[in-house]
Amino acid sequence: MGLSVQFLWLIPALPLLAAGIGSIAPSRDRTLASGTAIAALALSFLLSCGALLTALANPADHATHNFAWFELGHGAVRLGWLLDPLTALMCIMVTFVGLLIFIFSTGYLRADARFKQFFCFLSLFAAAMLGLLIANSLLLLFICWELVGLASYLLIGFWFHKPAAAAAAKKAFITTRIGDLGLLLGMVWLYDSTGSLLFYDGGNGVLEPSVLAALGGSTAIGLLIFCGAVGKSGQFPLHVWLPDAMEGPTPVSALIHAATMVAAGVFLMARVFPLLTPDALTVIALTGAITALMGALIAVAQNDIKRILAFSTVSQLGYMMLAIGVGSWTTAIFHLLTHACFKALLFLGAGSVIHAAHHEQDIRQLGGLRGPMKTTFATFAIGMMALSGVPFIFSGFWSKEAILHAAHAWDVSQLPLYLGLAAVVLTAFYMTRLMAEVFFGAARSDAAGHAQENPPTMTVPLGLLAVCAVGLGFLGTPYWPWLQHTLDPLAHVEAGGYGLMMVSIVLVALGLGSGWAIYGRKSRVKSSAADPLAVRAPSVFAFLAARMKFDELYAATFGRLNHGLAVFADALDRHLWDGAVRFFSRLGEFAGVVNRETDEGALNGGFDATSEGLRKRAHSYSRAQTGDAHGYLLMVAFGFVVLVFAVLLGGAR
Amino acid sequence: MKSESIPLVFSFPFPLLSLLIFTPWAGAVLLTLLRGASALTARVLTLAFSLSTLAFSVLLLDSFDPAATAPQFGERQPWIAALNVHYHLGLDGLSLVLVLLTGIITPVALLASWRLERSARLFGALFLTLQGAALGVFLALDFFHWFVFWELSLVPAFFLIKLWGGRDATRAAYQFVIYTIGGSAFMLFGFAALFATTGTFDFNELARLGADGTLAAKLGAGPIQFIFLGVLFGLAVKVPLWPFHTWLPPAYAEAPTGASMFLTGVMSKMGVYGFLRILWPIFPQQLHAAAPWLLTLALGGVVLGAWAALRQTDLKRMVAYSSVNHLSYCLLALFAVSYATGRAGLSGEAATAALSGTILQMFNHGLSAAALFACVGILQTRADKNNMGGTPMPRGTGVSPLGLKDFGGVRAAAPIFAGLCGIAMFSSLGLPGLNGFVGEFLIFRGVFGLHPGAAAVACLGLLGTALFLLTFWQRVFHGPRAEAAAGEFSDLRGVEYAALVPLVLLMFVLGVAPQLLTRLINPLVTAWAGHLVLP
Repeated sequence: MGLSVQFLWLIPALPLLAAGIGSIAPSRDRTLASGTAIAALALSFLLSCGALLTALANPADHATHNFAWFELGHGAVRLGWLLDPLTALMCIMVTFVGLLIFIFSTGYLRADARFKQFFCFLSLFAAAMLGLLIANSLLLLFICWELVGLASYLLIGFWFHKPAAAAAAKKAFITTRIGDLGLLLGMVWLYDSTGSLLFYDGGNGVLEPSVLAALGGSTAIGLLIFCGAVGKSGQFPLHVWLPDAMEGPTPVSALIHAATMVAAGVFLMARVFPLLTPDALTVIALTGAITALMGALIAVAQNDIKRILAFSTVSQLGYMMLAIGVGSWTTAIFHLLTHACFKALLFLGAGSVIHAAHHEQDIRQLGGLRGPMKTTFATFAIGMMALSGVPFIFSGFWSKEAILHAAHAWDVSQLPLYLGLAAVVLTAFYMTRLMAEVFFGAARSDAAGHAQENPPTMTVPLGLLAVCAVGLGFLGTPYWPWLQHTLDPLAHVEAGGYGLMMVSIVLVALGLGSGWAIYGRKSRVKSSAADPLAVRAPSVFAFLAARMKFDELYAATFGRLNHGLAVFADALDRHLWDGAVRFFSRLGEFAGVVNRETDEGALNGGFDATSEGLRKRAHSYSRAQTGDAHGYLLMVAFGFVVLVFAVLLGGAR
Repeated sequence: MKSESIPLVFSFPFPLLSLLIFTPWAGAVLLTLLRGASALTARVLTLAFSLSTLAFSVLLLDSFDPAATAPQFGERQPWIAALNVHYHLGLDGLSLVLVLLTGIITPVALLASWRLERSARLFGALFLTLQGAALGVFLALDFFHWFVFWELSLVPAFFLIKLWGGRDATRAAYQFVIYTIGGSAFMLFGFAALFATTGTFDFNELARLGADGTLAAKLGAGPIQFIFLGVLFGLAVKVPLWPFHTWLPPAYAEAPTGASMFLTGVMSKMGVYGFLRILWPIFPQQLHAAAPWLLTLALGGVVLGAWAALRQTDLKRMVAYSSVNHLSYCLLALFAVSYATGRAGLSGEAATAALSGTILQMFNHGLSAAALFACVGILQTRADKNNMGGTPMPRGTGVSPLGLKDFGGVRAAAPIFAGLCGIAMFSSLGLPGLNGFVGEFLIFRGVFGLHPGAAAVACLGLLGTALFLLTFWQRVFHGPRAEAAAGEFSDLRGVEYAALVPLVLLMFVLGVAPQLLTRLINPLVTAWAGHLVLP
C-alpha cells in the first residue's frame, strides 16, 4: 500500500498536529501529551513505509507535487513535496529513531514537571525535520531547517533555569544561524540566477539538466549552501555548538542532536548534489576530512560520557561530508542511516547509564557497570563495535568501508583518505577507552555502585536499535549495494580492493588493542587518578581536553569583534550623531539669545521709537480714519511674497 | 511611474475614506466634550472609536479591486482655488495595507495602556487624534492636506510622550518634535518651490512630471537637487534613516507603552510611505543618483542598529533600536531598486520581490515591534509593583528597573507570557513560519538581484538581530529568578491577553498565508516594477 506524493504532507503534519494539541493541552495530563506525540509519530512511520513502497516502484523517478504559496509579480512563489527513495528512507529513519526516543523519554522524564512541554517540543522537532525531508523546494527546506533550529533551541534550553543550558541553547542557535546566513545568500543567488527554487519541476527545476546547463555551474552558490550544512552538521569550524548542546535533557535532546538533526546538513548536500561543482566538492571533502580527524582527536581526551559521544558525532559527520565531497553521496547517506542507528543506541545507552547512576556523567566516577546493567552493557557494546568499525558483522564497518573506498577512488587527492584512516584508529581507541572506563573495573563512586538496570521502556528501544546497528550494514555491502543503487540507479559502487579493507581492519585492531592495553588491562582504581595519556603527554592531552581551545579562540576574536562593534555603534550614536544634534540645538539656542539681544536692544528700541512716533501721528490721523492696519497679517503676506520671489529668481524659469 | 487618470469626485456611494479619517477625530471631540465621563467610559469610548478603522476596512476589503493599480474610493473636491489645492483622497494597495495596520495597532495599543491611571479622557482624545492623522497621511493625495496630517500627528504624539512618559520624557518629547519639524521644514520649503514651478500640489500630477523629466527641465539640475535633499531630509528623519535616528530611542523609550506601540507600529511607517509615495515617484533621477550613498546609510542602520541594540541595557531602548534595524531593510530594498533603475537587462522580478518585501516588512514590523513593546510594558508594570509597592517608578539614566540585568527566570514565573513574548521575538528575528520571514526573504531575494554586495552586508544585520534578541531572552526569561522577577510575578491577565493574543495570532496567520497580504499589493507592485525607467 503506497503513499502517493500528494499526501506526503501528512508525514510532517501529524507530528505538527500533535505539537499543536500538546501546546494547548493541560499540563497535568501527561498521557495525553505523550500519547498523541507517540501515536502521531507511529502513524508517520507507517506512512513513511508506504512512501518507500511508492518510491521503490520506480526508484529513478522524482515524483513531485508543486503548488503556489503566494503570488509575486507575474508568477508566484512555489513550494512542493518530493518523493524519491532518498526522501522515503530518511523519513523512515527519522520516524523510527524518533519513535524510540519518544518511548524512551516517557521513562526518562517521568519525574519532570514540564513533561508536557517536552513532548510538545519533540513533536515540533519531528514535524520540522520531516518537513525538511519532503521539501521539493530549497525555500521550503530552508523554512523547515530554521524550524528545526528553533526546536533544538527549545530542547537544548529545556532546563532553562540552568544558566549553562540557556547559554548553550543560545550558542547553538547563533552558531547555526551564521551558517544559515550563507545558506540564505546561496538560496537567493540561486533564485536570482534560475528564477526558481524548486528542485524538480518537470524539467524546470534547479536540479534538472536543462537548468543546470543554463546555470553553467557556480562554485559560489554550492559553497554558500554548504555553509548552512557546516553550521547544522557541526563541521569545522562551526562545530563548537554541538558538544555544548549536551546540556539538554540527557540523553534525549543529545540523541536528537546526534542521530537525526545534525544529519540535516548531510541530507541537504546530498539533495543539492547536482549543483556542486568539482571545486566546491574539493572544499567539502577537505572540510569533512578535517572534521573527522579533529572530532576523533578531541574525543580521546574528554571525560564526560556525553561529550565523548558528541565529538564522536562531529567526527562521523565529517566522514559523511567527506563522502559527499569525493562524489559519493549515496555512501554518505548509507553511513548517515547506519550512524543514526548505532549512535542513537550509544546515546540511549549513555542515558541509561546516567539515569541509573543518578546523573553521574563523568567516566572517571563510573566503572564496573558491566555486572549490574547487563542489557545496557550488551547493547552498548554492539553500538561501540559498530561505531569502531569492527569487521563484517557490524553496520558501521560496511558504511565506513564504503566511504574509505570512495575516498580512495577520488582522483583529486588522497589526503582525505589518509585523514579518514587516521580517524579510524582514533575512533576505535576512544570507544575502547569509554567502554573500559564505564563498564569494566570497579565502581568508583557511590552512584555507580548503586546502579540498577532500567525498566523495559528504556531497555527495549536499546534492543531494537542494537538489531538495526547490526542488520542495516548488509543493505550496502560492496557485494550487494542495494541501498546505493536504490538511491541513485546510476551510482557506481567501488567494489574496492581487499587491500584497503585489510588496511582498515588492521587499523581498527590497532585502535582497539592500544585502547585495551592502556585502559582495559589495568583499569582505573581511583576517580582522581590521572589519565594514562595525560601522564605521558600532559600538554597535548590538556590541549585536546580543552577542545583545541576553539571556544577561547572565538571568544578572543569574534567575541571581541562583536563587543567592539556594539560599543562602536552605541558610541557613534551617543557621541557623534547625538552630538551633532546637540550642537545644532545649541546653535539654535545661541541664535535665539542673539536674536533676543538684538530684538531687545536694537530692533525693539528702534521699534519703540518708531511706534511712539506712529502713535503720535496715528493719534492725529485717527480723527480722519476709523480702521487700523493688521500689521501681523501684512507681515505674513509680505514674507510669502519674498519667499516666492526668492524661489522664482533662484531657480525656476 | 505610470500616470494615473484623475479619479471621479466620489467613486464610492459615500465618502468612505473621509469617514475613515474623521471618525476617530469625531471620537476625540466627543471625549473632550464629555467632561464628567468616568475613566472606564472614556476608555471604552476610545476603544470603540479606534475600532472604526477596522470596521471600515471590512467595507474597503469587500470593494477593493487589487487588479486596479490606480487609487480607488477616490474623493476629490476643490478646496483652496487660489492655490489649486484639492481635497483629494484615494487608496491603493499600499495605502490599504497601512490602513489595515493602523486599524489593528491602535486598538491593541489602547488595550496595552488600559490600566494607565491619569486622565483617561485626554489620553483617549489624543490617541484618536493621532490615529486620524496617521490615516490622513496614508490616504491624502494632495501635498497640502497630506502635510497638515503629517504635522498634526506630532502634536498628540508630543503630549502623549510628555504627559504620560518616564522621567526624561520632556526632553525626549521636545527632541522628537523639534527634530521632526526641523526635517519637515525642509520638505515644506521644497514643496513650496515645486508649487511655484508647477502650480500643483497633487502627488499623481507631480509624479507624472517627475517621471517624464518635465520637473527637472523646469527647475534646472541644481534647484531640483536641493529640493530633493530637502524632501529626503524630512522623510529620513521621520523613518528614521541612519544616522538621523537619534531622536528615536529616547522617544520610544520614554513614551507610555501604548504610545510606543503606535509610534513604532504606525508612525514609523509614515516615513517609509513618504519615500514610496512621494520621493521615489517625483524624484526618480535624483534618488537614483543618490542611491549608492543612501544604500550605505541603510546598511548602517541594518548593521549598526542591530549592534547598538546589543549594547542597550534599557529594554525599551533595545526594542527601539530593533526598529531602526528593521525599517532600514525597507529603505534598503527601495534604494536598491532605485540604484538598479535604468540598468540594461534589469530583472523586473528582483524589483518586484524587493518592493513587495518592503511593504510586507512594514506591516510585519508593525505587528512584531508593537507586540515586543507590549511585552516590555508588561514586564515594566510587574517590576514597578515589585519594587515600589504599586507606585510606578521613574525611569531614566540612573538605576533603571527595566534593565536587562534586573530580570531573570521570568519564564518560570509566567510561562504563558513568556511564550507569547517568545513568539513576538522570533517573529522579529525573522523565523520562518511567522510573519517576519516572508518580508525579509523577499527583500533579500530582491536586493541580491539588484545589488548583491548590499545583500551580503545586510546579512550581518540578521545575525545581529538574533544576537541581541536571544541575549534579551536569555537574560530576562531564563536562568534563576532575579530581583525584579523574584517577588509576586503573575502571568498574563484579562486585558493583557487582549493586547497580545491578536498580534500573535496574526503573526502565525501571515507567516503561513502571506497571500492574504500579497494579494492586495501584487498587481500594484508589479506595475511599479514594470515601469522602472529614468526620465
